[in-house]
Amino acid sequence: MTLQDLRPGESGRILEFEPNAVTDRLMEMGMLPGSVVQVVRLAPLGDPMDLKVRGYHLSIRKAEAAQIRISKCEA
Amino acid sequence: MSPPDPISIALVGNPNVGKTTLFNRLTGLNQRIANFPGVTVERKSGTLTGAPHVEVIDLPGTYSLTPKSLDERIAYEVLVGRRDKAPDLAVCVVDAGNLERNLYVASQVMDIGVPVIVALNMIDAAEENGLVIDASVLEAELGVPVIPLVATRGEGVDQLKKQILDPPEPAQGYRWSLMDAVSAKVPELSRQLTAEVDEVQPGHIQMEVLRALAEDNALDVWRGSAPEFVRRTEELRKEFAERGVAWRHAEVSGRYAWIGPITNKAVRRERESTTVSDRIDALLTHSIFGPLFFLVILIGVFQAVFSWATPAMDLIETGISAFAGTVQSVFPPGWATDLLADGVITGVGNVVVFLPQILLLFFFLGLMEDTGYMARSAFIMDRIMKRVGLSGGSVLPLLSSYACAIPGIMAARTLDNERDRLITIMVAPLMSCSARLPVYTLFIAAFIPAGTLMGVFGTQGLAMFSMYMMGTVMAFGAAAVLKRFVFTKGPESYFVMELPPYRRPRARQLLLRMIQRSKVFAVRAGKIILACSIVLWFLASYPAVDTDSLRMQIEMQAAEQREAGYAEAETLLPAPDMALPALDDSLDVGDPVMAQIQAMMQQAEYNYTAAMDSAQLVQQSAQIRGSAIGYMGRILEPVMQPLGFDWKISAGLVSAFAAREVIISTLGIIYSVADAEEGVALRDALKADRYPDGRPVFTPLVAVSLLVFFVFALQCMSTLAIARRETNTWRWPLVMWLYMTILAYIASLLVYQGGQLLGLS
Ligand SMILES: Nc1nc2c(ncn2[C@@H]2O[C@H](COP(=O)(O)OP(=O)(O)OP(=O)(O)O)[C@@H](O)[C@H]2O)c(=O)[nH]1
Repeated sequence: MTLQDLRPGESGRILEFEPNAVTDRLMEMGMLPGSVVQVVRLAPLGDPMDLKVRGYHLSIRKAEAAQIRISKCEA
Repeated sequence: MSPPDPISIALVGNPNVGKTTLFNRLTGLNQRIANFPGVTVERKSGTLTGAPHVEVIDLPGTYSLTPKSLDERIAYEVLVGRRDKAPDLAVCVVDAGNLERNLYVASQVMDIGVPVIVALNMIDAAEENGLVIDASVLEAELGVPVIPLVATRGEGVDQLKKQILDPPEPAQGYRWSLMDAVSAKVPELSRQLTAEVDEVQPGHIQMEVLRALAEDNALDVWRGSAPEFVRRTEELRKEFAERGVAWRHAEVSGRYAWIGPITNKAVRRERESTTVSDRIDALLTHSIFGPLFFLVILIGVFQAVFSWATPAMDLIETGISAFAGTVQSVFPPGWATDLLADGVITGVGNVVVFLPQILLLFFFLGLMEDTGYMARSAFIMDRIMKRVGLSGGSVLPLLSSYACAIPGIMAARTLDNERDRLITIMVAPLMSCSARLPVYTLFIAAFIPAGTLMGVFGTQGLAMFSMYMMGTVMAFGAAAVLKRFVFTKGPESYFVMELPPYRRPRARQLLLRMIQRSKVFAVRAGKIILACSIVLWFLASYPAVDTDSLRMQIEMQAAEQREAGYAEAETLLPAPDMALPALDDSLDVGDPVMAQIQAMMQQAEYNYTAAMDSAQLVQQSAQIRGSAIGYMGRILEPVMQPLGFDWKISAGLVSAFAAREVIISTLGIIYSVADAEEGVALRDALKADRYPDGRPVFTPLVAVSLLVFFVFALQCMSTLAIARRETNTWRWPLVMWLYMTILAYIASLLVYQGGQLLGLS
């Protein structure tokens, strides 16, 4: 599954990325394979997402989230 | 004792960590804002208070030194000395509440080989959130001095200053380790690069190699100068890919693998807390309340900007015309005085008059930025912006453009997607700026009948609102078209934005930033408007028309008429040898006949004064009719006729090329109306004007057509000049001017011709 599939409140562990400029940036901002990411909420119109990564909030679009494969963490 | 050698220090760090706050603390008001040569990134520098030999440079905020945006490239180039002399010391400002990600760029800076001090900022906020950070552990692990700070309150700034004046040894880089498969290849690539180019310092080779390996942008830099290095790097990438080596994130993973344990050791979480920030977010990005709040903020800001600025603007306007008047009367009459008063002072006044609005707008934008709400507005709006191919990041530049396109275009720098940035710049001038407002006001008040629609909406207010809507909708449309047909290359727009915690804004910081930004606006726009005003003054004053004889003629006529008035009054006298009564009507003359005579004399006097007063206006009007601008208006008339514009409006449009609002004063002169700014007199003159065949020059339809023209046309030299600066070419400003002018022409044509077909007038 990808990060896009998580619902608000759920977390996932990053497995791998589609390699491109956007995911390069995401990695620099601390989203690496192995990191745990939580979906905090969605924007009022359903996109983008508000994520919690390494203790801070980062917002990305679902289209970008779809390029990140994850495994869901059980609560 | 000889003065100490000058040294320079650079502040680096993520966006929003308090770099600027710290910079202001370190330098006080000894600041200079310029641009880095050749690019549009601001170079903010100042001298350390109490140590004038130390220059402090505030670099743009960056998440990484690997170039993705222009800002990041500049930060990197400054640090390695490719811009100015390399700094003697780097101060890495990090947010204590978000240490892990902040140390990423710090680890990159440490690899450069300059002395490094880590400024651990915002410890107050971190503590509030239950984080305790042991600076000494951090210091030991990183191997560089770490100074805890609260920049907003100035705590720790003195220690930092002391440390700056007693800098450490250059930081030892590469404490993190690269995965073996990749690091095995680094020496080979380094040798190759060194063999091909010699501009890279030995200490920076490894960094360049890693960047080139991981990033296409960074690799492309060497395509010309080191083709063999590029070929070999590409080969290696392929090889890695086949062996399943994650070359792309080798460096990033290596750094985070080093940083992770360090932060674990240095940071203790005392309590798990849902922060206040999270709770505010639950409200402000709520699916219903969030957008509502955004709308309220938006309307509130506009309301405030427009209504609060008005008194100040009126004051400035009065002051400037009084000043121009004083100059006129103090200096000997002549063309130089006229140029100074009508050209220079009025021209500069045209910019200064917008300062109150600009200041207020910058204040509110600064407030939104400093509290962290700006990022939320991007978060809320991104979905809508995406529909036209932009992202939430364009919200701020486009909003600013409602006040003035110049700050809007400058704000587009924050977009790290170059394609998005260009498109945003290209459409920003379509947002109705405050310079259009006086034009809207005049024509709407004159030609849109006051009344209500469906009993609720005032028609004039509605008309005003449609002007803003038209521009906004067109801006979105243009963005979509530009994206699809003009800026077709480059990455798709994306949205990666940090949502920083909400923070309490600081008045000092806010005011300082507001003033700095406004100054940049005033200086940049001021210079251009000044130049244009001078040119326009010449165009309106030459060729000189001999208006003196015209004036004499008017004065003679006025005198004759007065004489005639008196003669007529005399005929009413009961006895031919009686004297005329006194003019002063406070004296009761008693006799009704005498009272009537007195009234006639007063009328004659009144007419005389009025005629003498208008002589100067008529003179000015004759001058502009015969001037180069009047001539241009007549040349343009056949082209503008299909839009319903006569030569006078055309001349007004020519004069409005430099700045939109100038059309009002030009029309004021043409129609010989004193105090065009007051509006009412000009309004009546416009309504009364007739073509030789008796048709009115201005009908409501003509007014609407003109309004539409103003919504779309790019009549602003300053915008063109700023766009030139920000895109580094004349090409885009030219395209911008062309497309907007064509758009304006076609839109007005459709309005006027369509309206006539429908039988409107
Ligand atoms: N609580 C707290 N807030 C701070 C501190 N230092 C700065 N701030 C706030 O953090 C916000 C951002 O500060 P800036 O100085 O604009 O940050 P910057 O790093 O220059 O940001 P960019 O210009 O985006 O690079 C402002 O609202 C400051 O008032 C601090 O020590 N404690």
